[in-house]
Amino acid sequence: MTTSSTDDLLARTLREEAGPLVARLTRRFGDFDLAEEAVQGAVVEALTTWRRDGAPHRPGAWLQVAATRNAMDGMRLRDRQRALAHRATPPAYDVEVGDTDDRLALLFACCHPALAPDARLALTLRAVVGLTTPQIARAFLTHESTLAQRIVRAKRKVVAAGISLTVPAESDLGARLDDVLAVVYVMFNEGFVSSTGPTQDRDLAADAVWLAGVVATALPDEAEAWGLAALLTIQHARSRARFSDGDLVLLRDQDRSLWDHDAIAEGERMIERAASLGSPGRFQLQAAIAAVHATGASWAETDWLQVSLLYDELARWDASPVVRLNQVVARAQVVGPLDALAGLEPLAVPLDGYHLFHATRAELLSAVGRVDEAAVANRRALELTTNDAERRLLTTRLHRRPLSDGS
Amino acid sequence: MKYVLMYTSRPDLAAGADPEAAQAIYQRVYEWFGENAGVMADSGAELLGVETATTVRHDPAGAVVVDGPFNEAKEVIGGFSVIDVADMDAAIAVVKTWPMLDLPGVAVEIRPMVEDYTQFE
Repeated sequence: MTTSSTDDLLARTLREEAGPLVARLTRRFGDFDLAEEAVQGAVVEALTTWRRDGAPHRPGAWLQVAATRNAMDGMRLRDRQRALAHRATPPAYDVEVGDTDDRLALLFACCHPALAPDARLALTLRAVVGLTTPQIARAFLTHESTLAQRIVRAKRKVVAAGISLTVPAESDLGARLDDVLAVVYVMFNEGFVSSTGPTQDRDLAADAVWLAGVVATALPDEAEAWGLAALLTIQHARSRARFSDGDLVLLRDQDRSLWDHDAIAEGERMIERAASLGSPGRFQLQAAIAAVHATGASWAETDWLQVSLLYDELARWDASPVVRLNQVVARAQVVGPLDALAGLEPLAVPLDGYHLFHATRAELLSAVGRVDEAAVANRRALELTTNDAERRLLTTRLHRRPLSDGS
Repeated sequence: MKYVLMYTSRPDLAAGADPEAAQAIYQRVYEWFGENAGVMADSGAELLGVETATTVRHDPAGAVVVDGPFNEAKEVIGGFSVIDVADMDAAIAVVKTWPMLDLPGVAVEIRPMVEDYTQFE
């Protein structure tokens, strides 16, 4: 077996097993910190052993045995005097089917509002998704030591502050679920529109799609959980068409035959499921917008009126400047670039530092023939972008002959 | 688990509060302590105003005594309680009902209390 295929297998195994393993070991040894370290230790062992000897027949069982052994070693080392080690029975191949509730409880603990927002994501990636600290550090362009410290501090707080590893009771579920969904959403975006470009050693976006599915399946009556799962499924279905030779391809120019149409249909089913629960929310609306885009035969043949109306509705839930910017983009397709330009004006101050605001403005200006102003806006967008692929796209546009195709 | 609740406020903002409204809130504070008597390990104490504070601070040449609370702190601790509840979520649930939270600048810090000293052995 090649290195990359054992790594892939490990990634898949971790995705299913890391969260439940941490939760199970925490229950068994009564120590979240110890459980988490034990699983990470097993991951590191797996990376080297599997690459050298090939993958084991039962990768999940292998991990469980390794993690349990680590946890027992850690326990003995730490608490020799207290002789707590006897509480644990010897490791056996007693692999249970992935316990979704365990994983969900761990996810809620990792996304607890008592933890700092950046710590929530880092801890989730480590404890629930099973990424190693160096992998997370690479994904977020953070120093490994900074990140390690952040994770250690968060884990200590979970234990010391008595943050429980349980799914909140009905009365608290709403707000807490929002926090969880927000973390999964950030995780997806970090993978999907990564500031480092498309190359990464683990597909964070795919992990986020999976995690959103876990949450929705475990909480089947939560409309927004289905909304997020639908949104991420549909967005991710376009992955293969988003880059061409490392260059970012905009939605309008994407080869729609490369989209995963089965996944899009799956996303639409999730939206229906969400809608049937009669509790609308921003993720469901974003998913509905993504679905309209994903089912249009082309950019021009997209049902823009529908998109525009959905954005109007979304702006009522989330009046953030970025949502209003997208509202303007959609409206431009319905009412024309001139009216849309007027709609951009109130956003000039709040979005001055956002490259896509200037890129959008450049496009609209160029569509109404104000070429010089368009070039200035394009240059501003270029200065502000941090992503190489986006920078190349904007550079191409800047050097394109003015008005060559009106976009 | 035992948690210390530290009630903080912003004297500059509190000074602007409507006296009648403040009186009504104090009444609710009194009731709140009654309602939460079951989890109060120590109802704690209210502290005198921040202008009565004296701080002893580290100095390389030896501890120095200064007037006032910690430098530049706008928020001041007005009192504390100790509660004994199952976990952080239960502590948050209690604190969220603290009547003074209706006033601007008010916050409550929740800190777990060390109960098991063997962790420092």
